[in-house]
Amino acid sequence: MAKFAFNLNGKKVSVEADPDTPLLWVLREKLGLTGPKYSCGIAVCGACAVHVNGEAAPSCNTPIMLIEGRNVTTIEGLSEDGSHPLQEAWIEEQVPQCGYCQSGMIMFAASLLNKNKKPNREEIAEGMNRVVCRCGTYLRVRKAIEKVIADNE
Amino acid sequence: METESKEKTNALISRRNFLKAGGGVAFAVAAYALLPELPVADGNAPGKGELVEQKIFAWVHLRTDGRITIYNPAAEMGQGSMTALPIILAEEMDADWSRVRIEHSPIEPQVYGRPGFGGGASMITVGSRAVSGYFDGLRIAGAQVRQMLLSNVAGKWKVPVAELTTEPSVVVHKASNRKISYGDIAEFMEIPESSPSVSLDQLKDPKDFRLIGNENVPRFDIPAKTNGSAQYSIDVRLPNMVYGVITRSPVYGSKPRLLNEKMIRSTAGILDVVVLEHGIGLIAETIEIALKAKDKLVIDWSEGAKAETHNSEMAPEEYERIAVDRNARGSSIESTGNVASAMKAAARTFSADYLNDHIYHAQMEPLNAVVSVAENGKSAEVWAGSQAHDSARASVAQALDLEIAQVKYNPQYLGGGFGRRSTSDYVVEAAELARVVKRPLKLIWTREDDIAYGMFRPMSLQRMEAGVDKTGNITAWKHTIVGTGSRLLASGARNDFYTFPNQEIELRSVDHGIRTKHWRGVAHGPNKFAIEAFIDEIAVVQKVDPYEFRRRHMKEFPRALNVLDTVAMMSDWKAKPKPGRAKGMAFGERSGSLCAGVCEISIIDGKIRVHHFWAALDAGIVVQPDNVIAQTEGCILMGLSSVLYESITIRNGRVIQSNFDDYQLLRMKDVPDSIDIKIIPSTEKPTGVGEAGLPVVGGAVANAFAALTGKRIRHMPFTADKVSRLLKESE
Ligand code: FES
Ligand code: FES
Repeated sequence: MAKFAFNLNGKKVSVEADPDTPLLWVLREKLGLTGPKYSCGIAVCGACAVHVNGEAAPSCNTPIMLIEGRNVTTIEGLSEDGSHPLQEAWIEEQVPQCGYCQSGMIMFAASLLNKNKKPNREEIAEGMNRVVCRCGTYLRVRKAIEKVIADNE
Repeated sequence: METESKEKTNALISRRNFLKAGGGVAFAVAAYALLPELPVADGNAPGKGELVEQKIFAWVHLRTDGRITIYNPAAEMGQGSMTALPIILAEEMDADWSRVRIEHSPIEPQVYGRPGFGGGASMITVGSRAVSGYFDGLRIAGAQVRQMLLSNVAGKWKVPVAELTTEPSVVVHKASNRKISYGDIAEFMEIPESSPSVSLDQLKDPKDFRLIGNENVPRFDIPAKTNGSAQYSIDVRLPNMVYGVITRSPVYGSKPRLLNEKMIRSTAGILDVVVLEHGIGLIAETIEIALKAKDKLVIDWSEGAKAETHNSEMAPEEYERIAVDRNARGSSIESTGNVASAMKAAARTFSADYLNDHIYHAQMEPLNAVVSVAENGKSAEVWAGSQAHDSARASVAQALDLEIAQVKYNPQYLGGGFGRRSTSDYVVEAAELARVVKRPLKLIWTREDDIAYGMFRPMSLQRMEAGVDKTGNITAWKHTIVGTGSRLLASGARNDFYTFPNQEIELRSVDHGIRTKHWRGVAHGPNKFAIEAFIDEIAVVQKVDPYEFRRRHMKEFPRALNVLDTVAMMSDWKAKPKPGRAKGMAFGERSGSLCAGVCEISIIDGKIRVHHFWAALDAGIVVQPDNVIAQTEGCILMGLSSVLYESITIRNGRVIQSNFDDYQLLRMKDVPDSIDIKIIPSTEKPTGVGEAGLPVVGGAVANAFAALTGKRIRHMPFTADKVSRLLKESE
């Protein structure tokens, strides 16, 4: 066991864990941030996505030792009160069904729009391809992202 | 969602009829509803509509400040039932929707159930039956609440009840220009000894609905699903909680012998090792310790389980033999007229075999549950997401030798169900581990566990034979289904919306000893694929437009015809597609809803690419139109996923795929440019929408492929290698 310190949703935190403990378990089980979800555990579905230094990344296979000193944002920290333009567009377009993939979806979408204010359809598809939604909300995910882009114009 | 202590709700429910509750009134409304259809277990030959009188209770809690709590009895797994059911009640109650909040009802099937399989009351959420099953009962309950409000006001104001009307959450007396809000009524409300009787013909005329059918009523659960606050059972954290994992039989039925128990037990943080019938359970202080130790388990598995004999890649040969075996006798799904003589008399006959592989539910939330067993073993508490919260609760009680009342049950959101979660094996497992450790325990299946010990939609072969008369119309129809999973293969095999005068539909079962289960739409996926692709073949060979060919056989079913015509119009069926593209059509029914779909495809880099999908849906009265569209979009996309990619391979009983890297699911890049859905306006009773869009997908894509390439693709999934093999054949 060792101590690791990092910034989580704008606050300094420090946790004790084995160095190879996945960030996801630290967030969910030790720190109680259950927005990021466990689904595949091998970085292929996106359900566990968080932002590490501003960029969306799966947290299920990132060992906590690599997070030392970094800035981590989870869906809980994306906005104060759920009012990020993407979150609002998500409600407007009634995107979620079971909802389980949706923090991953929103975190990847936020990261995409951070890098590219006006992605076209292909770029959206490319940027969002790492998140799996079994309920098939992809169309509405795309619509909600396109809505945010249009509102930004 | 605001949550009220379940204790309180449970206490309220334990008393009969009504009572003054803190800050308002709680109604327990007993209603007798006529349910025209007895829900039939999936796959059973549908019984004809039988009138069943069934007691339905609903609960409303009205507070003096005007807030209204409506209790939802269904599981919320993404289909929106938790909003749809309260809307139905609120409609007849004439409640102001902005003041309504929704809570899960207690898990009391005698109170909140609807007629279940086999006659008893059940809270199971399957077969897209939540709305259709509760519709009349909840309307009556809502109307009863409204009646009680009206008669209280009539008494207070000394006016005839008939002079009173309602606006959302307000009672109005036009003659004296007086109004009073529901909340204010709660201040003085007296509730009659027995609920007022309301009959179906006293309910609102559908044209007066404010909430049912209103596109602007959003789903209740959605905001919490955009900010990480929606709670699934996997998110539950309790003081002193420990973690459980289980390594289960790699071949169903094999029994474990742990070879390195000592070493595992001596691992720091491992609290216990539990030997189960079907696996080895580990209990640990943290999930990461549990998972690491799980990887180190050395288990000797017993041999000789029946499932060992199953090889999914070899099975089709066996199925073909069974399909042609003249002595084989299966169970009959349909038998009308005389197929043998109709075949003999036919001007032309056709036959083709269709195949589908085992597929996996892949609900994004792996199975899990949290259970806490009291130190003295005399009570337990459960947090779980199940499609059958009532039977999950009962199964836990049984596993722990408790009465049902001793098990407190907290239903959670489900991260997808799709049929997998109507079996509660994972909840019982959590109870079995929790009983050993006597601390709250969270059991998590890894994704690998979820696949390796999956319960699959079974593979099958469909042998289709047909004969046509001189005019080219189908006079003889023979459909032989061969596969494992028995009744799971039967749903959707009947042709209730085509007229085929002589029909034989038969199921020949093989038992492979593997785990199989309902999967969204059950056997409608495979059966409608075979039926719709075969009809298309027969039409095209005879040089008849497949749309016109379907129409000819659908004449007696105006509703179905309307659905088909609507999708033909939407998709501009008769227009010639762009070069390199082609369209395909299919029709299907599921849970009483009728759906027709058309897709337009091309082949890009050797892969089928779906550009557009159009669907028309007749689901009777639609409670939440936008959600019904969302469900249909979801069905089409999940359908495309299964049709283009999904396949589970089993070799000697072992599942070969292990995670989403080798079990491919549809992703954003595969999403069509557009999906257009039209809901046919209707005042008929609502029918199921959670699955209705899915069965048409296989046929539509296969038929488009044939239109594009002249080749028939008859084995789902339609993967790139199958496409390339077929295209090479033509060279
Ligand atoms: S759980 Fe991390 S990518 Fe799937
Ligand atoms: S909403 Fe259910 S998995 Fe995406």
